[in-house]
Amino acid sequence: MKRIEIYSKCGLLPLAIVGLLTACSERPGEGEEGMAESGPVVVYSGRNESLIGPLLERFEAASDREVQVRYGETAELAATLLEEGANSPADLFISQDAAALGAVAGAGLLRPLPAATLDRVPERFRSPGGSWVGLSGRARSVVYNTGLIAEDDVPRSLEAVTDPRYRGRFGIAPANGSLQAHLAVYGVVAGEEALSELLAGIVANEPATYPKNSAIVQAVIAGEVEWGLVNHYYLLRALSEDPDAPAKNLFMNEGEASGFVNLAGAGLVSESTGGLALLDFLLSDEAQLYFAQETYEYPLVAGVEAAASLLPLADLATPEVDFAQVSAALEPTLMAINSSGLMR
Amino acid sequence: MSAPPISVGSARALVWPLRDRPRFSPLLAGVALATAATANAPLAYIVIRALGAGPERLWASIGTPLTVGLLARTLALVGGVVALAVAIALPLAWVVVRTDLPARRAWAVLGALPLVFPSYVAALALVATLGPRGYVSLWIEAWTPIRIGGLVYGYTGALLALALFTYPYIFLLLVAALRDLDPAYEESSRSLGAGRWRTFFGVVLPQLRPALYGGSLLVALYTVSDFGAVSILRFNTFTLAIYNAYRALFDRSVAAALSLVLIVLAVGLIAGEGLLARRLPPHRLRASRMPSRARLGAWKWPVILFLGALAVVNLVLPLGVLVFWGARAVELGHPLGSVWQPAVGSLGVALVAALVTVGLSIPIVIWAVRHPSRLSRAVERISRAGFALPGIVIALALVFFVTRYLLPLYQTLALLIVAYVIRFLPEALAATQAAVASVSRRFEEAARSLGQSQLGTLRTMTLPLVRPGLLAGAGLVFLTTMKELPATLVLRPTGFETLATRIWSSAAEGIYSQAALPGLVLVAVALPPTYLLVIRPALEDRDGTTSRGGDR
Repeated sequence: MKRIEIYSKCGLLPLAIVGLLTACSERPGEGEEGMAESGPVVVYSGRNESLIGPLLERFEAASDREVQVRYGETAELAATLLEEGANSPADLFISQDAAALGAVAGAGLLRPLPAATLDRVPERFRSPGGSWVGLSGRARSVVYNTGLIAEDDVPRSLEAVTDPRYRGRFGIAPANGSLQAHLAVYGVVAGEEALSELLAGIVANEPATYPKNSAIVQAVIAGEVEWGLVNHYYLLRALSEDPDAPAKNLFMNEGEASGFVNLAGAGLVSESTGGLALLDFLLSDEAQLYFAQETYEYPLVAGVEAAASLLPLADLATPEVDFAQVSAALEPTLMAINSSGLMR
Repeated sequence: MSAPPISVGSARALVWPLRDRPRFSPLLAGVALATAATANAPLAYIVIRALGAGPERLWASIGTPLTVGLLARTLALVGGVVALAVAIALPLAWVVVRTDLPARRAWAVLGALPLVFPSYVAALALVATLGPRGYVSLWIEAWTPIRIGGLVYGYTGALLALALFTYPYIFLLLVAALRDLDPAYEESSRSLGAGRWRTFFGVVLPQLRPALYGGSLLVALYTVSDFGAVSILRFNTFTLAIYNAYRALFDRSVAAALSLVLIVLAVGLIAGEGLLARRLPPHRLRASRMPSRARLGAWKWPVILFLGALAVVNLVLPLGVLVFWGARAVELGHPLGSVWQPAVGSLGVALVAALVTVGLSIPIVIWAVRHPSRLSRAVERISRAGFALPGIVIALALVFFVTRYLLPLYQTLALLIVAYVIRFLPEALAATQAAVASVSRRFEEAARSLGQSQLGTLRTMTLPLVRPGLLAGAGLVFLTTMKELPATLVLRPTGFETLATRIWSSAAEGIYSQAALPGLVLVAVALPPTYLLVIRPALEDRDGTTSRGGDR
C-alpha cells in the first residue's frame, strides 16, 4: 500500500507526463475509428487568416467538416511540406503564389487533380500537369499615401525603386510570397545579374521592412512610409473599412516585369476527400464571389465578375513567362533575397 | 545492491551513522538522465544539421559580411540594453532600499511590475506612443519643433523597449543584495573620511557586483533571444534573421547555421559572466542589522519625479495603449476578436509546462544536492542548456528533429510542451535547488532513521518542506511560458492559438486594435503570479513582515 502511495506522488509524475504527452500527441483525426473521411481537413495556408478564414468557416458550416488551418508564409509552408515529404499531415496547401505551388509540385508532393476541378478555371490559370489550380488573381501594385507623395512621383518600375530619392521612404515585405514571386519573375525576364543588382539597389535604399503586405498598407495609410510594394487588394479592403483613408494603388507598367499578375492557388497534399471537397468549394461560385466582393481579388471562374472598381484583368501589364521557369527560379531567388541582406 | 565497504572513522560514517549512504533511486536517476538528454537534444541536432550541410555550405550561410553585421548589431543591442537597464535599476534599487523615500515598498513594486509585459506588447506600446504617428509624437510635433519621425524604429526603439521592460531582472537582484550588505564596511569608509559618493563607488558598488553581473546576464540573454520587440521595431538581430531564414527559404540549413552562431554567442555571454563572477570574493553571510537610511532631503522630489516618470512610461503607457485601442475598436464597431479560445490555450500550456518543468527539476536537483557525484552534478549542469538556447533555436531544432525521426510528435501540444520544458528548465532548477539546499539534510536523515524508504523520505519530508520554493519555480515557468512567442509560433499545432500568437498575428497584419483584448487578458493573467511569486518574495523585508514560508 505504501509503495503505491509513494508512486502516486513521485513515480507517477514522470508516468503522468508520459501519459499526458501521449494524449497530447494524438493528432486530430486519428483515433476516430480510422475514418480519415470524418476527420478535420488540415490546411496549410500561405494566405492571411483575415482574408481566407471567413471563407473556410463557411465551408465548415456548409459541409459539417472541421477545418484546421496552419497559417504561415507561403515559402515557410512550402519548405515545411518539402521537409515533411510524404509524411505531411496537410490535406490542402493554399499558396499566395503559383511559383511556390510549382516548387512543391516539382518535388512530387501534390496529387493530380480531377478534370472536373481543373476545368473550373481557364487553362492559363492552372498547372499544365494538373497538380494545382488557381483560385484568384491578383496584381502587384504600389500603394501610396496621397497626402505625402504625388502620383507622378510614385515609381513606375522595379528599377525605379532603387532611385536614391526614395531612400528610407518606402515599405517592403521581403518574407512575403507575392513579392518573392514578383522578384523571381523579374529574374527570369531580366536575368539573374539584373536581379542581384535590383536587390542591392533596394537594400541600399533602406526600405522599412514589414512582416506582411497588410502591415505595409496600414503603415502607408498612417503615413509611416510614403509608399510600398504590395498586392492590389490589401488597400481595397482597408478602404472598404475606412473610405477616407488617404491612399491609392498604382500599377507599375514601365521597365522589366514591373507589372505582374499572379495567382493564388491550391494543391492537394493528401488523398483525403476532405481536401478535395474544400478545394472544390473554393472554386464554387459562392467562394469566387467572396474573392470578388470581400477580398477584391480577381475571380478566375467564368461567369463570376470582378468588383466594378477594379481595372479589368486583361488591362494589367504582366510579362509572358513560363510558370515552370518561375517555379524553378523561386529557390535561387529566395537565396538571392537572403544574401542581399534585405532580411538581415 | 552491493554496499560499498564502510570505512569507520571517515567523515562519511559520521554523517550517516546508521547505514552507508544509499544509492540514488535508479528510477529517479533515469528520469533525470532522460530530462538532461532531452534538454540537450536541440543543441546536438542544430550542430549536426548545420555541420551536416557540409563546411562549404555552412560557410556560405554564415561566412558573409551580413553575419558580421548581424553579430555587430546584436552585440550593440545587448551592450546598450544592459547599460541602460543597469542605469535604471541601480539608482532605483538604491532609493527604495537605502533612503528615506516615502512609500518605498510601493515604489519598489511599481519598479518591478513591468515584468508582466511581454516584449512585443512593450514594442507595440512604443509604436503607438512614440511611432511616426504615435499619440505622444503627434502631440510633441504639434507643440514643439521636435520631429520624432521614425526614431522608434531600429536601434533606439529596440533599446528602449528591451531596457525599459527588462531592467527589473537586475533591480530585484540589486534590492536583495543591497539589503544584505553589512553596514560595517560603509561605516568604516565614512569614519575614515570618505564622502557619500566615494563610499558608494568604492565600497558599496564592488559588493553589488554579483547581483549586477547575474542580472546583466539575464538581461543580455533576454535580449539576444528576444523576437517580438525586434520584429515590431524592425531591428534585425540574429533571432529575427533566423526566423526570416526559416520562413522565407526552402533551404533550412541556413537557419540552422545562423542558430549555431547564436548559440555560440549566448554561451559566450554566459562564459563571460562566469569569468567575471569567478574573480569576485566569496559570498558573505547577510548582515545582522540594517544600515541607516540616507536622507534624500532636497533630492526627494526629483527622485519621486524620476520614479513617477518611469512608472508612466513602462506601466501607464502600455496599459493605456491597450485600453485605448480596445475602446476605439469598440467605438468603431470593429471586432475585438474572440479571446476565449487563445486564453484557454495559453493557460493550458502554461500550467502544464509549469507542472512538468518543476516536476522534472526535482529528481535532477535531489540527485545533485543529496547524492553529489561527478555524474549527478554534470546532469544538473547540462540540464541548464535551455539557458543558452533562444526559443527560436529550440523550436527549429525540434521541427528538424521530429519531422525526420519522431513524426507522431510533430505539430502536437506535447512537442510544444517539450520546447517550453527545455527552455525554462533552468528557471525551475534554480528555484528547486534554492529550496532543497535550504532544507537541512538532518530532517531527511531523521526520516530515514525512522524507517522511511528513500522515496518515502522524499514524499513525506523533503517535498512538503520545499513546496513553497517549488511553487515559486512553477510560477516563474508559468509566467514565461505565457509570454513566450517564437517557439510557440513555430511549434504550435495547426489551429492552436495562444494569447501571444493572437497578439502577434494582429501586430503582423498591422491591425493593432485586435491586439488590445488578448494583450489585456495576458497582462491580467500574468499579474498575480508575477507579483506573488516573483516580485513579493524578492522584495520581502528581512524582518519577515511578509514571511518566507508562505503557509506555515
